[in-house]
Amino acid sequence: MKILVCISNVPDTTTKITFTNDNTQFNTSGVQFIVNPYDEIALSRAIELCEGGKGTVTAINVGDSSTDPTIRKALAIGADDAVRINAVPRDAYFTAYQIAEYAKTGDFDMILCGRESIDYNGAQVAAMVGEFLDIPSISIIKKLDYDGTTATLEREIEGGKEVVSVTGKFIASCAEGVAEPKIPNMRGIMSARTKPLQVVEAVEIAEVAKVVKFETPAPRGAVKQVPAEEAAKLIDLLHTEAKVI
Amino acid sequence: MSVLVYVEQADGKFKKSGFEAVSYAKAIADGQGTHLTAISIGNVGENELKELGKYGASKVLNVSSDQLKNFVNQAYASVIVEAAAKENADIVVLSNSFSGKGLAPRVAVKLKAGLVDGAVELPQTADGKFTVKKNAFSGKAFAVTELTSANKVIALNPNAFGTKESAGDATIENFIPEVKATDLTAIVKEIVRATDKISLPDAELVVSAGRGLKAPENWGMIEELANLLGAATACSKPVSDAGWRPHSEHVGQTGIAISPNLYIAIGISGAIQHLAGVSSSKVIVVINKDPEAPFFKVADYGIVGDAFEVVPKLIEALKAHKG
Repeated sequence: MKILVCISNVPDTTTKITFTNDNTQFNTSGVQFIVNPYDEIALSRAIELCEGGKGTVTAINVGDSSTDPTIRKALAIGADDAVRINAVPRDAYFTAYQIAEYAKTGDFDMILCGRESIDYNGAQVAAMVGEFLDIPSISIIKKLDYDGTTATLEREIEGGKEVVSVTGKFIASCAEGVAEPKIPNMRGIMSARTKPLQVVEAVEIAEVAKVVKFETPAPRGAVKQVPAEEAAKLIDLLHTEAKVI
Repeated sequence: MSVLVYVEQADGKFKKSGFEAVSYAKAIADGQGTHLTAISIGNVGENELKELGKYGASKVLNVSSDQLKNFVNQAYASVIVEAAAKENADIVVLSNSFSGKGLAPRVAVKLKAGLVDGAVELPQTADGKFTVKKNAFSGKAFAVTELTSANKVIALNPNAFGTKESAGDATIENFIPEVKATDLTAIVKEIVRATDKISLPDAELVVSAGRGLKAPENWGMIEELANLLGAATACSKPVSDAGWRPHSEHVGQTGIAISPNLYIAIGISGAIQHLAGVSSSKVIVVINKDPEAPFFKVADYGIVGDAFEVVPKLIEALKAHKG
């Protein structure tokens, strides 16, 4: 079994988000980059499925050489090898196209990624890769079982879940519940240095979208404090002043 | 040129987020000086289909087929793209729901279109550019995205635009698309939907609680408060990690992002990752016994006090309020 896992290089979750160049660029100064937390879940499940010599896990990232530490982290967690598509990811369409083009060169039984990246929150890549490859894509799954030919997945829906079964190649985007994120151990960290990391040049594709400007949310006014002993007043305020109930 | 909107349904009823998508798409069509066609897939009755006219659709394409009664994104994307070609639509609008997230990207690739997911405002078309504002960095910022392709796909965030009625009548047309067998290889085995609970991503009101509640058995009062308000329940990450509440209730940067009209946070201190997922809520109420809790800085209303004393008072007051 061969599994391809898509890894996105994102700012740490505690990052305070600021912008430079007249709010057209994310300010990376002093920012710690990490493996996208949802991709970590996808990677951990892939490793579990391949445990005991049942298969191999390849991690793929679209990025320039600055993302190498994040890819090494994925190798330390337990991916067998890694590929970096050498390009600054322009948008999800571009990224998905690169991943799909690479996937065509290897005979992967499944492709896993996180439900969304925590920077652009696109949640687009999985379904786009699925469409580029003309294979089923299941977005935002909470559970993944695989018997060697058929996958059974639980997909999140509003107020519940849907159980989907797929036979043959597919791509799925993983959310919490699919696996506990694995933490790299010392052996993993040591071996990550020598595991293969292949660099592949990107394939050109026409641009369809670009971010022209970032904005930060308007600050809220001062908090209105209601004394605890008069908590009942809050209900009046929400009804007559805020008009939300 | 025209605008096409896909309206999600569950058990033959359109969702509120679907009516929001129609209202939003109607405003885009008006801005472009064109008309709006809606498409419904699944078994929906004529009266329900007519409802779409009230929000601005001039025509409704009704795809009623047993083969397509369950949502399979690969097949639905093909149907929507076939409808877009038939209607000569260059803008396709969908809801940024769980299903929409699996559908919109496939539609975009088929149409070689740029996609804005999680749109929060109407497009701007000044100086010949087509830009749409969307959530980014998990609610910590917005990204104004320009779609440079001829075709455009927009997935609207729930609760961002509201519904707007515009007096109108829709003609209903049965549409029988060609469905390839290879589009239906993913098989829906089972759908489990709690009908007695309000779904969190769509909820207008949300009551959320954190570690301040001390133990899972203390959630009774949170659920009672939520029931009285008609609100959905949510929780912070430590609570879902500890297994006190299901992961589907976890809001925040690595959970789900929501933007309800009212978010009540009880016993949640307000870590930056949590705030990211809820900061676009319209009104935020924070109840915490620690006056220094960072959550108070982004709250509209605050109560410094013990949840076990404050929440019962709120329940009592709500009962009185409702009479």
